[in-house]
Parts: sequence; structure tokens; C-alpha cells
Amino acid sequence: MKTKLRSILLSSAMLGAFAVWGVAIVALTHGSVEGRIAANQDQAMKRQINAILPADQITNDPLADRIQVSDPDRLGAPTSWVYRARRGDQPAAVVIESMVPDGYAGPIKLLVSVLEDGTLGGVRVISHHETPGLGDKIEETKSDWILGFTGKSLANPPLEQWAVKRDGGVFDQFTGATITPRSVVKAVRDTLLYVQQQGSALYAPAEPKQAATGGQG
Amino acid sequence: MAAPPSTQQILRTGLWTNNQMLVALLGLCPLLATTTSAINGLGMGLATTAVLVCSNGTVSLIRHLVRPEIRIPVFVLVIASFVTLVELFMQAFFYDLYRVLGLFIALIVVNCIIIGRAEAFASKNRLDRALLDGLAVGLGATLVLTTLGGLRELVGQGTLFHQADLLLGHWAQILSLKLGPGFQGALIAILPPGAFIGLGLLIALKNLVDEQTKRWRSNPGAARTPPPPSRHP
Repeated sequence: MKTKLRSILLSSAMLGAFAVWGVAIVALTHGSVEGRIAANQDQAMKRQINAILPADQITNDPLADRIQVSDPDRLGAPTSWVYRARRGDQPAAVVIESMVPDGYAGPIKLLVSVLEDGTLGGVRVISHHETPGLGDKIEETKSDWILGFTGKSLANPPLEQWAVKRDGGVFDQFTGATITPRSVVKAVRDTLLYVQQQGSALYAPAEPKQAATGGQG
Repeated sequence: MAAPPSTQQILRTGLWTNNQMLVALLGLCPLLATTTSAINGLGMGLATTAVLVCSNGTVSLIRHLVRPEIRIPVFVLVIASFVTLVELFMQAFFYDLYRVLGLFIALIVVNCIIIGRAEAFASKNRLDRALLDGLAVGLGATLVLTTLGGLRELVGQGTLFHQADLLLGHWAQILSLKLGPGFQGALIAILPPGAFIGLGLLIALKNLVDEQTKRWRSNPGAARTPPPPSRHP
């Protein structure tokens, strides 16, 4: 009986020791690469944002100049980040993390850049679960479709033509996948509507109290 | 116990004769999920190899220390720790690849190949042999993952080694191959059924090569069949 108890204790002590060892090396490694990982994430985000901004005209760091807004109807998610790009102290563009709530296979996350004059600086897909080979043509690496948004605005094409061709609009759908591009087009249009409605309030300094009421519509 | 296997035996078993993916059919989850392109397969294979070498080495070092009744939980702890390390290193040094494979790296913990090698080999062999076995089995798995990934990528998308720069650096863009714009690709190759079909073909190919080798060996003079491709390590 004694030896059995001793054997159990010994085994559990050994298992505990290995658990401590495992946690220790993971914690040590995490501590030493944590900064690098955060820098990578920042860098990746910055690269994505810069690709859809007139980067040579931007003087601030949009990643640092961000506010959180909430408009689930137009931006898809309960809250969304808005990154503000400025030229000196003049507003240049906003980049909005917009969500497509009704993708074919769950939500699609977009980055939508809207220049100060209301035209699109560009749209990129951050994450999605669409069918490989069909819906995933929204990715920049798979097809040029997403680049077609650049330069468009609410006036070009007119609002009622913000749809895929099958629905009477101007945007291409994909063979075998209409739902994905249809939802993306709608989400980009809604984001543009949101920006138009908010107007210069989106560029207001981060303090919530100072948010101006100078919306256009 | 039988005599310990020689270096050559370990290499040959891990890479070909007992290739864990083609013969034991272990690790199907990463095999099916991540082999949508050659680079994804290669990345997953190398991550698996790194974990295998580390875990085999550690298990071999502690093989006299660990009591048999708790060996499995200890192995799992060791493997899980190394997988987390690989995941952290990948985030730190191959961030773009991590964004593609991230979800599946954690699944290496439950890849049966790794605990299988710990239990069947590393816990009974010296450190050097355990390390070599980890390397051989890992590279064997990498070979299958990359081949299957390349096959599915080529048939499904008409590209090969697309995005090679994610893993190998900028120079690797020259590896990328693209079929003509007219090639539409067979979607099924990218979807999960394509993984099963491709794996079936690879297993069939291996059996064919083995069969031919055997026939040729047993009757070398009269063999009318051409010698098998020298795929043996």
C-alpha cells in the first residue's frame, strides 16, 4: 500500500515537473518574440492600408490615428475601426474596417479606403471563408476583381447601378459564384454611404466630445 | 529486443518503405486541410519536421526517467510545448506564411505521426537515432505534403509554387510556374475530395513502384520491365 502511494506521488510529481518545464519554455520564448510578432502584425496592416492610400501624400501614421465607430447596419460589425490619413492638417482619406455580414460562407472582412473627395482609394479583403476556386476570386492574389473598385464613387456609377451585372449593375460576377461579389458590392456601397453621411466628422480628433456635427447628409 | 536499426535503415524506412503518410495513413487531418498548394504543403511539412525532431530528441533523452504509466501524458506535454514554440517562431519570422497556415499549426499537436514516433521509436532508442528518425519521418511527410499540394495546385489552379516567396524569401518568386491563361483549372482538385483522390493516386504510385522494384529484384536478368525510377534514398 505504502509503495503504491509513493509510486502515485512520484508519477504526479514528475508529470507536474514536465508541465512546469513546458510552460516555462513557452513563456520564455513568447516573451522574447512578442515584440517581433506585434511589429509583424503592425507591418502587415500598414502594408495593406498603404496599398489603398495615396501613400506619397500622407503625412501622418493612419494606424496610430484611429477611432472606433459603430454602425452595424452599414458597416456590418457592431463596432469598426476607422483609420484616418491626413495631408498636413488636411483630411486625405479614411480607411474603414468594414464587414460583409452575408458572404456565402460567413462574414468577409474588408478594408475600404475612401478618399476625401468621396472616391474609393481601393478595397481589400482581409479575411473570408468563401469557396476556394469560386468565391475566393475576391482576393487580390487570385484575381483583379477587387481592384475594380478603385476610383469608383457613389456618383460613378450611379447609386442604383451599385450591383453585379446580373442584378442590373456594373460590377462583374464570377462564374459559379454570384452571392459573394453581390455581398461585397453591397458592403462597399454601404461603407461609401456611411462615409458620405458622416462627412468631416470622421476626421475629427479622437476625443469623442469634439466630434463635430458637420455631416453632409 | 532486435538490434537497433542502422542509419540507412532509419532513413529508408522514414522516407519511403514505412512513410507514415502513405503507408500508415497517419496525419490525414493536416494532409487533407493544408495541401491546397505546394508551398502550403512544404510549410506544413517543415513545421511538422521541426516538431518531430525536437519531440523525438526530448522523448529519447527522458526515456529512462519517465515511468511507463505516465509516458503518454508526458509525451503530449512535450509535443504541445514544441508545437507552441514553432507557432511562435513562425509568427515572428514567417508571418505571411503563418497567416495562411496559422489555424493548422496548432493541429500538429494531434498529428498522430508525432506521438506515434515518440511511442514507437524515440522512447526505445538512443538520442542520435531518435533525432535521425524524426528527421527522416518528417521529411517523408514533407515530401508527400509538397507533392500532393503541388498536384492539387497544378490541376486546380494551373500554378505551381505560387507564393513561394512567403516561405523561401524574395528570390523564390522565380520558382513560380503558371500555366497559360486559358487553363481554367479543375475546381475539384482544390476542394476536399481532390485531397482524397490525390492521396489515393500517390499511394497507388508508391505501391506500383514497390511492386516493380520487387519483381525486378527477384528476377533481374529476365526482367522485361524497365528498371524502376530511382526514388529510393
